Amino acid sequence: MGQHLTESPVAPAPKAPLAGLGRYLPARAKVGRQLPGMARTLGISLASMAVFLLLWQMSASYLYGVEASARIERTVREQGPEAGAQMEACIASGDVSCKPNTLPFPSEVLHAAGLLLADHREISAKKAEFNTETAELNVVRAEQGLDPIVYTGRPSFVDQIGTSLKTVAVGFLISLLIAVPIGIIIGLNDTLRIAFNWMIQVFKPVSPVVWLLLVFMIVKTLTLGSDSDTSFLISCISVGLCSMWATLVNTSLGVSSINKDYLNVARVLNLGIGKKIFKVILPSAIPVIFTGMRITVSVAWMVLIAIELLAQSPGLGSFVWEEFQNGGSDSNAKIIVAMFVIGLVGFLLDRIMFWVQQRVSFEKAVG
Amino acid sequence: MPPIIEFKNVSKWYGEGDSRTEVLSNINLTIEEGEFLAIVGFTGSGKTTLVNMMTGLLQPSEGEVLYRGQPITGPAPERGIIFQNYSLLPWYTVFQNVALAVDEVYPQWSREEREAHVRKFVEMVGLSHAVDKRPSELSGGMRQRVSIARVLATDPDLLLMDEPLGALDALTRGNLQDEILQIWSANRRSAVLITNDVDEGIYMADRIIPLDPGPAAGLGPEFRIELDRPRDKTDMNHDPHFKRVRTEILNYLVQLGEAGKQQSDASLTLPDIQPIKPGSRSFVSKWRRA
Repeated sequence: MGQHLTESPVAPAPKAPLAGLGRYLPARAKVGRQLPGMARTLGISLASMAVFLLLWQMSASYLYGVEASARIERTVREQGPEAGAQMEACIASGDVSCKPNTLPFPSEVLHAAGLLLADHREISAKKAEFNTETAELNVVRAEQGLDPIVYTGRPSFVDQIGTSLKTVAVGFLISLLIAVPIGIIIGLNDTLRIAFNWMIQVFKPVSPVVWLLLVFMIVKTLTLGSDSDTSFLISCISVGLCSMWATLVNTSLGVSSINKDYLNVARVLNLGIGKKIFKVILPSAIPVIFTGMRITVSVAWMVLIAIELLAQSPGLGSFVWEEFQNGGSDSNAKIIVAMFVIGLVGFLLDRIMFWVQQRVSFEKAVG
Repeated sequence: MPPIIEFKNVSKWYGEGDSRTEVLSNINLTIEEGEFLAIVGFTGSGKTTLVNMMTGLLQPSEGEVLYRGQPITGPAPERGIIFQNYSLLPWYTVFQNVALAVDEVYPQWSREEREAHVRKFVEMVGLSHAVDKRPSELSGGMRQRVSIARVLATDPDLLLMDEPLGALDALTRGNLQDEILQIWSANRRSAVLITNDVDEGIYMADRIIPLDPGPAAGLGPEFRIELDRPRDKTDMNHDPHFKRVRTEILNYLVQLGEAGKQQSDASLTLPDIQPIKPGSRSFVSKWRRA
């Protein structure tokens, strides 16, 4: 945390160790010092947001101007001055048919967010209606041993977020299942650490795209003959493989750097290997492991978008790609909406991991 | 009956070849059943290495260490040790720290029996009020008490203490000396105390053996302490036997120190000092409970 101690979420005046200090400070002084700190953070954040929006607005209008004049020039060159004047009037009127296609204005993005929400409500309503209509039929089909009929219409933006979260959750789980046990084993055993080291060093920097292709090759062969949709499987395995390295490295580091005193306690008590791992080694390594898991979650979320985009699996990535391919009048604005949503969700995921880390570890997490 | 611990021509060194440092050289030592032995020596003279060979955490490079006539191959709860730096597991409460040992040593007992046993020993060291606290919330003296309770709860045959009170203030130190003696005299187990405080050794032990300063430390002559128990610190100071033994031991150690100075040309043995940082941990646990 680079900011003030007073404004950080983990520093509400600790009682015991600093109690001595408290005696010399009146209670009000402490609150007084904390409040301006928070107000200051809030003020600075709001001000920087305003500057950000202003810069955005300015660059958007500059790019809009460039795009508009280029479009008018082209019309004049290709269809003559009359058509050029028409085009100029059309652009000035703000008509969708001749709107310059460039970086959208903040207001457009806000509008697009509203559209996406409205679209979601509409689709949800349709879905609910569809479900009530098919409910009876599905009961009959279930009795006949047939698969129920499900809604297969276009997913809304909110549905896409849900799908992406699901993919990232499964991917994260896969990475934990691989990275934590291997990390513990290579943390405990020197020989295995050396054996795995080259693998970690070589595969860690490999791009998500290449992982996706690798997973695609393997999954394609393994699922030969089955006609189920493998895109979800491919994307979540790829996410897991891309993101597991931080957890793997941190787990082995946390396990191998355990305080010798704790190991001596385990040895003197003759703890079995299971008890030694779960009661001594893991608790001591958990702060470091969780730091790795936090990195894993953020990497998973980051690579997810690229992977979904390539794997044609539903989610925010394919949403962004489809919007880009559509080239509709509000596509650019929707892409920017998706960008903010992706950022916010990533931030939330990190906060959740931080919160969990605080709960399970005996040491303070630095976040 | 074989003695409880026997060192036969034991040497211990670290490293091989040119980098070989001999810590202990040709140690012969017998500890009898029920005896309270103190080993005094300068810091860095290999006292911890010596005690770790009794626990089984270290193996001798040469010679053998016997426990009741059998060579020691590894650590066992029957030789309980109180570590110098407490070695409590910071993620467990006082209760859980003691329970970890009790569960391991008495797996055949029922849950209730084991729990009662843990509480009994936590109470014995006067920490009932802190049974659910974590080590970071305790003072140094309280932590060492927990460590003592953890060892005593396993009812070891031989109680090993590696400078158990070294990091404590004089007052706490005195109190804990009395407590350890009280508990020890209740069932008269064998005990080995490693210390750098001659007075502490004389006050607590039946026999004191100085450890010559390393490298390649050997044992000095033994000094028997023939003072009746329970001993009283104030009276003891005027006892002629106490005065004599104390002077003898101190003279011996001073001579060793002088000899060491003359010998030493360049090789300095740095003191084995471990920093103790209770601040950051207690900070968190306080916050987490808030």
